[in-house]
Amino acid sequence: MNLSTYFDMGGYAGFVWPAYALTALVMLALLGTTLRTLRAREATLKTMQETLPNRRGNRPAAPRS
Amino acid sequence: MHRFANPARFLRLAAVILPWTAIATVLLLGAGLYLGLIASPADYQQGETVRIMYVHVPSAWLGMACYSTMAFASAVALIWKHPLADLVGKSAAPIGAGFTFVCLVTGSLWGRPMWGTWWAWDARLTSMLILLFLYLGYMALINAFDDPTRGARAAAILALAGAVNIPIIKFSVDWWNTLHQPASVTKFGMPSVDPAMLVPLLLMGLGFTTFFVTVLLLRVRSEIIAAKIRAIRLTQIHASSSQVAG
Repeated sequence: MNLSTYFDMGGYAGFVWPAYALTALVMLALLGTTLRTLRAREATLKTMQETLPNRRGNRPAAPRS
Repeated sequence: MHRFANPARFLRLAAVILPWTAIATVLLLGAGLYLGLIASPADYQQGETVRIMYVHVPSAWLGMACYSTMAFASAVALIWKHPLADLVGKSAAPIGAGFTFVCLVTGSLWGRPMWGTWWAWDARLTSMLILLFLYLGYMALINAFDDPTRGARAAAILALAGAVNIPIIKFSVDWWNTLHQPASVTKFGMPSVDPAMLVPLLLMGLGFTTFFVTVLLLRVRSEIIAAKIRAIRLTQIHASSSQVAG
């Protein structure tokens, strides 16, 4: 199959390819923002739990040393 | 149902399901794209523009399925005060809004060459636009309050009231004269789409669905972590204020 006739989509390239590009863009953006937020929150929670070992006791961690 | 109310249990279950839905999404979309873009024939009337169908129709299905998920979660949240239900609704909304937006724009790109217009204020197109506004309203409302439980309650009521739009979208092509063609996949008896086109369409539909499940589980996990962070901050404030008082 000739590649340029394939990409031309019977003259409708300007409609078919933008439809696929937009779909891919929106789905990747959804996945990307979801993963970025998830990782940022996981990191925040991790640092919080490391600096606050006594949170169940409802009082701030006593300074060690 | 309530066995999954426990966030820890949910997180364990999600960790088991996630790799499978992620792999299924890649395989289904890969096969769907190959069959839809390369192996399937052009339509005898619509030519190559028929390929827009493989992204337009699944995104329309998912736009409605995400809303149904959101409305169901909202009902569960309002009736049983299920702790995860609000998080599911909140997580589903942006995904549904994304698919609805894709549906509207790809529909426009298909309508221009086939109907001769980018847009028409007919029943199917207008009700789909209202669906997008319902998503945007829900997302604005759930974040509009300082107290997240009040925001979730207000947004859940909007989601339930807006659920009336879903059957309107589905049956709009039968109830009114519209430019949009009536259903051809869910017709009684045999679907009137050739298998060469129906197979890639269904593969893409399944792939979009597993994508939705994957992103939804990730977002709910993210919301559970955000709730934990909020709870720790509250105990910190409580601890420091009681120290000041004491």
